[in-house]
Amino acid sequence: MAKLHISTTINGEPIEFLCDPPQTMLEVLRDQLGLTGSKEGCGSGDCGACSITVDGRLVCSCLMLAAEAEGHRLETIEGMARGDQLHPLQKKFVELAALQCGICTPGFLVASKALLDRNPNPTETEVRYWLAGNLCRCTGYDKIIRAVMEVAADMRETAR
Amino acid sequence: MSSQPYKWIGTRPNRPDGADKVTGRARFGADFNMPGQLIGKVLRSPHAHAVIRSIDTSAAEALPGVKAVVTAKDFPEQPNVIVPTGEMQVNLRDVTRNIMAREKALYEGHAVAAVAATTEAIAREALSLIRVEYEVLPHVIDVEEAMRDDAPVLHDHLRTEGVKPEPQKASNIAKRMENIKGDVAAGFKQAEIVIERSFTTQPVHQGYIEPHATLASAAEDGQVQIWSTTQGHFQVRGFCSRLLNIETSQIRVTPSEIGGGFGGKTVVYLEPVAVRLSQKTGKPVKMVMSREEVFRASGPAPGGSVKVKIGARRDGRIVAAECTIALQAGAFPGSPIGPACWTSFACYDIDNIQVIGYDVVSNRPKVAAYRAPGAPISAWGVESALDILAQELGMDPIDLRLKNAAKKGTKTSYGPTFDTIGFVETLEAAKNSAHYKSPVKPGYTRGVAAGFWFNVGADSSAAAHVAEDGTVTVISGNPDIGGSRASLALMAAEELGVDYEKVRPVIADTSSIGFNFVTGGSRVTFATGLAVVNAVKDMIRELKGRAAKTWGVDPEAVVWENGMARPAGSNVGEFDPLSLAQLAASAGKTGGPINGHAQLNVQGAGPGFGVHVVDLAVDRDTGIVTIDRYTAAQDVGTAIHPSYVEGQLQGGVVQGIGWALNEEYIYNSKGKLDNPGFLDYRMPVASDLPMIETILVEVANPSHPYGVRGVGEVPIVPPLATVGNAIARATGVRMTDLPMSPPKLSAALDAATPRMAAE
Ligand code: FES
Ligand code: FES
Repeated sequence: MAKLHISTTINGEPIEFLCDPPQTMLEVLRDQLGLTGSKEGCGSGDCGACSITVDGRLVCSCLMLAAEAEGHRLETIEGMARGDQLHPLQKKFVELAALQCGICTPGFLVASKALLDRNPNPTETEVRYWLAGNLCRCTGYDKIIRAVMEVAADMRETAR
Repeated sequence: MSSQPYKWIGTRPNRPDGADKVTGRARFGADFNMPGQLIGKVLRSPHAHAVIRSIDTSAAEALPGVKAVVTAKDFPEQPNVIVPTGEMQVNLRDVTRNIMAREKALYEGHAVAAVAATTEAIAREALSLIRVEYEVLPHVIDVEEAMRDDAPVLHDHLRTEGVKPEPQKASNIAKRMENIKGDVAAGFKQAEIVIERSFTTQPVHQGYIEPHATLASAAEDGQVQIWSTTQGHFQVRGFCSRLLNIETSQIRVTPSEIGGGFGGKTVVYLEPVAVRLSQKTGKPVKMVMSREEVFRASGPAPGGSVKVKIGARRDGRIVAAECTIALQAGAFPGSPIGPACWTSFACYDIDNIQVIGYDVVSNRPKVAAYRAPGAPISAWGVESALDILAQELGMDPIDLRLKNAAKKGTKTSYGPTFDTIGFVETLEAAKNSAHYKSPVKPGYTRGVAAGFWFNVGADSSAAAHVAEDGTVTVISGNPDIGGSRASLALMAAEELGVDYEKVRPVIADTSSIGFNFVTGGSRVTFATGLAVVNAVKDMIRELKGRAAKTWGVDPEAVVWENGMARPAGSNVGEFDPLSLAQLAASAGKTGGPINGHAQLNVQGAGPGFGVHVVDLAVDRDTGIVTIDRYTAAQDVGTAIHPSYVEGQLQGGVVQGIGWALNEEYIYNSKGKLDNPGFLDYRMPVASDLPMIETILVEVANPSHPYGVRGVGEVPIVPPLATVGNAIARATGVRMTDLPMSPPKLSAALDAATPRMAAE
């Protein structure tokens, strides 16, 4: 099977890689590019631990073929902090203890950022439904939802 | 709130591993790789019960890229001895059969062979080339069926333990146990009202989001390194040593960050197999389970049946209580039947108790611990029956529990007499909560239930080191599964009188710190916390000695206060206090490095009690339950880092809600699991839930310097009955089988109101 040559952008950097046609984006991120921040919880699109954005759209990277990255802009958890500055969501998750084991955290952060990018003023219900594709078995979601709501409020405050 | 004034304990600083975990930098089980590593994969039985006639691995071995294939032949036979793992006991003879089937495959998903190959694709292809000849046997899944005389027998050698005379015939009932207090027959004679009901539950999975993963490297000189996602790297070392006849000190296990465990990562599945494959190939071998494998072959918690009989007087005082519990152990003996029995009536001060338990094998994966193992199942029965009693007596359910609550001095049915406990305080906190005092919204109903867990102490080691600049490293040996690094650092900072930020907690591998029992049983903040406190005390003793040497006085003439050595009184002499940094800077001249150590077997884990309140609505057409409000009150001893204590309560509650409403293992007629994925095994998601309110009732544990009690397990015990009790009050239908899923609930409602259903 001939390898496919893919040119894409990941976290702002131009990246090229070779992949087999059936390989998923998650496999390439983790096993070839060393970006292990995206996690595999299920491999079937049910847990959200592998969440990334593709041209700003939230995607389960376990359901995306690596070849589909060609010509697109991908963002992963590794690209969320700016230099030595954590993103406000990252900061708030730590401050509010919105993680226990932390395996779901990269996925929740990527998904939450995608939400706030399109809806800076979500209701609790909107946050809960937006994040319904991300499983967390440790926290009962309470502190995650609070963190996202607080960051949304803080960001609106700063934007004023 | 706690009356003692602490500087750090009870505060909510950022966890030390926070930045790593929000940036993707933290390395979990599957994130470890080594140059030249092979990928290992497991071939699993497609049958629920079958004799393995032969295994032909030749075609697989011939495939280019395949470096080794192992079967049970590659693992030495083990003696019939029981060893402790986490909160459960396991038999080595069974463990080696669970990691690799020998004579028989005992459940669908049971490992029968494993390969190591250069790529995952080749490893998968190799699995398809292994020829296994099976003789399929009749199987049994259900616990009650497995107990019947004519049930297919899993183990020909198994005789029921705990019955006299010793049985001659093989049985699936591995054990019968009982604990008795007083005289139940006499007790029931005094009863003015008797409630008697039977309840059942299905197995549920711990549901950690991170699948099992390991990387093993066996070198030519016999030394073995393992990286593994586990709740107990010392247990991984112990099992690999026993199962593969390797000297314990030749094995070094480094725990990765762990993506949830809840008890399910206290046992081994992959590690011994990866080590064996690595030994055979001379290469590192990485193995990661798929989600489907996690469901089919790891965990789960047992399902079971609970028959409850409670006798009370009209004033609500319980005079006798009886319960019979049968739990599925899975394919090998060893369900948490002990804790299920012991916890059943532990919340209550009852003179006459009889509890009988059965440990039953059937053709399912061997169960593993899951948060308060066994306790939610017996509480589901007992707390539901108490709710019926409260309804029949017309009593407030919290008042009924207050009337019978266990207190200091109450003797349990399983032996111990309680020291200071906080059940009464917790009931009162729930009763006085804003939630309980608020009126129930129209269309909603309220449910209440309680729960108990012992909490665990056991073996811990810790060390504390002062660095050259006076900052401190605290070293312990328990994987941090939910923020325990922060709690340990807080206790060390408090004890030492320095800033939390100056203390760096580290989790050491098995070769870098003394033995530690698993992260489980809600023991880490309590027992390992005590080891850390003692290691810091040991270090302070050393620091005082160094100050004494500097001043030329007796060590007894030095006290340690607020992070400084000071003269004990003016008679000692006029000396300026010496800070940690000053003592560290002069350490070379006063005796070298300054360290502290502690090792202990910790007793006196303070038991915990929870009382939960829910408001929910039932959609009569669809059977869908909507939870509007949920409050969990618990006696937590001292909340060292309250955010993580709240988090334990919230997480436990939601797992309990999943257990109550949706989660179950579904088997087809061939004994195969039909729902081995998150789509069909439905765990709660954010949109299913409201915020989970918590009330931390701080009743200090007298056996701990900071009053710590374990907190992680109790919160999963009450929710099953809390939800069931509210549903019963909403609909008039008492559900007795879990989960109370929409199809089951709507069917039960239709059956109860046939006229309405027919309309
Ligand atoms: S791993 Fe992609 S959704 Fe679970
Ligand atoms: S913090 Fe463990 S799964 Fe979310």
